[in-house]
Amino acid sequence: MAALRCFLRSGKNAVAAGLRREIHQTAPASLQVTVRDALNQAMDEELERDDRVFLLGEEVAQYDGAYKVSRGLWKKYGDKRIIDTPITEMGFAGIAVGSAMAGLRPICEFMTFNFSMQAIDQVINSAAKTYYMSAGLQSVPIVFRGPNGASAGVAAQHSQCFAAWYGHCPGLKVVSPWNSEDARGLLKSAIRDDNPVVFLENELMYGVPFELSEEAQSKDFTVPIGKAKIERQGNHITLVSHSRMVGHCLDAAAVLAKEGIECEVINLRTIRPMDIETIEASVIKTNHLVTVEGGWPQFGVGAEICARIMEGPAFNYLDAPAVRVTGVDIPMPYAKILEDHSVPQIKDIMFSVKKTLNVPLRVKYRGHILLCHCVLCCSVSQ
Amino acid sequence: MLTIVSNALRGSASKNGTRLVVSARSYADFTPQVSFDIKRCDVHRLDQGPPDKTVLTREQGLQYYRTMQVMRRMELKADQLYKQKIIRGFCHLYDGQEACAVGIEAGIKPDDHLITAYRAHGYTYTRGVPVKEILAELTGRKGGVAKGKGGSMHMYAKHFYGGNGIVGAQVPLGAGVALACKYHGNSQVCVALYGDGAANQGQIFESYNMAALWKLPCIFICENNKYGMGTSVERASANTDYYKRGDFIPGIRVDGMDVLCVREATKFAADYCRSGKGPILMELQTYRYHGHSMSDPGSPVLLYGCCSFFLVRGTNPWIKLKSVS
Repeated sequence: MAALRCFLRSGKNAVAAGLRREIHQTAPASLQVTVRDALNQAMDEELERDDRVFLLGEEVAQYDGAYKVSRGLWKKYGDKRIIDTPITEMGFAGIAVGSAMAGLRPICEFMTFNFSMQAIDQVINSAAKTYYMSAGLQSVPIVFRGPNGASAGVAAQHSQCFAAWYGHCPGLKVVSPWNSEDARGLLKSAIRDDNPVVFLENELMYGVPFELSEEAQSKDFTVPIGKAKIERQGNHITLVSHSRMVGHCLDAAAVLAKEGIECEVINLRTIRPMDIETIEASVIKTNHLVTVEGGWPQFGVGAEICARIMEGPAFNYLDAPAVRVTGVDIPMPYAKILEDHSVPQIKDIMFSVKKTLNVPLRVKYRGHILLCHCVLCCSVSQ
Repeated sequence: MLTIVSNALRGSASKNGTRLVVSARSYADFTPQVSFDIKRCDVHRLDQGPPDKTVLTREQGLQYYRTMQVMRRMELKADQLYKQKIIRGFCHLYDGQEACAVGIEAGIKPDDHLITAYRAHGYTYTRGVPVKEILAELTGRKGGVAKGKGGSMHMYAKHFYGGNGIVGAQVPLGAGVALACKYHGNSQVCVALYGDGAANQGQIFESYNMAALWKLPCIFICENNKYGMGTSVERASANTDYYKRGDFIPGIRVDGMDVLCVREATKFAADYCRSGKGPILMELQTYRYHGHSMSDPGSPVLLYGCCSFFLVRGTNPWIKLKSVS
């Protein structure tokens, strides 16, 4: 009786106490995972899931990977499934393609995609075209992966972006992840895909940590190839990008938001087949388009986006010409200041956004801050 | 004497109303098999090569002869069709080299693998694609083996990976197929063919290196028909002993115009690979009777007109087999 009165008196507290005794669900645990670890875990899980999957490339086994992306895999799976190759890209890419034709599911690593040029005949003529040429008789379930695009101080022969080159070819799927979720999900999809997939990573992103949701940590988490993601909603202008530049676009968008310009940032995720529908829907909403990429302007990813926008319904909704922000049309220089100015920076993205939106730019000229619409008129109005 | 006997038998048959199959020669006159001496093969880094004696059974002899005849007639028909502009683009004919394709097929098992370059019609046939599907493919019809989408150089079948247009690219592919065989542990081998013209390609040496390092069950076969397109081997290769070009890989030089020689060498090579010793190289010395392709204005045979009679009599592959049976 006393206990009952006690309970009634304590009221809410008692209820809370009672609740406190239950085993309650913890909130979903998201982890900070670097892009490198995301790739490593994705490969580990796919190697475990399917016996036919194996990895070959230079230094992937005993060295743990030139960029440590395949760390620990050789120790776990051994010589049969993680194979160190000699420095003979054309040969080992061909061997990888041949093994795919015979039923295995190779992951062929190029130390950087610059070296894939040595093997490009095997990628295009032996891998990409075979399913079509054989009228579906012979499939080639291979993944070519490795870092792509500019790094830091590696100069001209080691800094080229191959998104446009591989994106040009029918028969290939080409993906370009940005963050850890992209890397993990897209690599799993690529390995499970029966088509040849070119997987363009970025060396500067390997060490960057991102939050991976619990859903993204599951062993069957895949990101569909061919679907772009809207990373940030906005109404004023659409920014379309892939790989590392997505981060730059988000940073630019954060700065522009303070000035009242809301950018919609689209992460392409897949170069081929390109998700033009997502871009069109966004342009129809915002009426302005800026594409951002690290590669060269001529015949690039941005050029393709602009052409397709013109060919589709979104053209009628554009209030200004679409603008491309790209790497400078030169072989990558070595000196840091030159290199920094050879790839798109946040200020370049902001400049293009403001120009497209016809927002006056704040320009410093001879110690004075001027508001003008274009840098050129500053020099003219001297 | 036999005629008298057969007449008598025929006479008795009509009297009794029974039917008797009478022939001028009875089956007792056909031997079931014959043993042949074949040309000894030159070897590189091997203590001993393929045997120099072999046995050919009646069934085998007829089957090889028929296959080679069909291949020859198919290629000659393709030649006609090309000149009538019914076949377009590329058409690389295999006539003259039939003994290679038939001998190799006889030396391997049906579940072994094979890949070759663009002179592929013969191998497409020996690997199981009917002539009708080959000709339909050449003429761009949907009844073709690749539904008309591949053409002369891109025909595929089970355990046959084409038909490859880029000179030399098929050799790393073949080494890759061999890697898959080793990976699966199924004691199958892969035959990767290339020509004397391709033999100088860097990617072939890259394939030799990896195949030897990893002991892949790959038989590299160089079909040396003495001409890479229009360039003779002496003008293209600093070393024309193609069976030695594998360096650390053992090699055999084989008479490619003798189907039995090719068969024995292939069996020897396949056994070598299946025993886990790694890759092996074979050079088949052969000859093509057409130019490099149908776009070739003059075939090398015409350049050597005085020798062509010699070549036809001495080295025509199926005449050799026919005279022997």
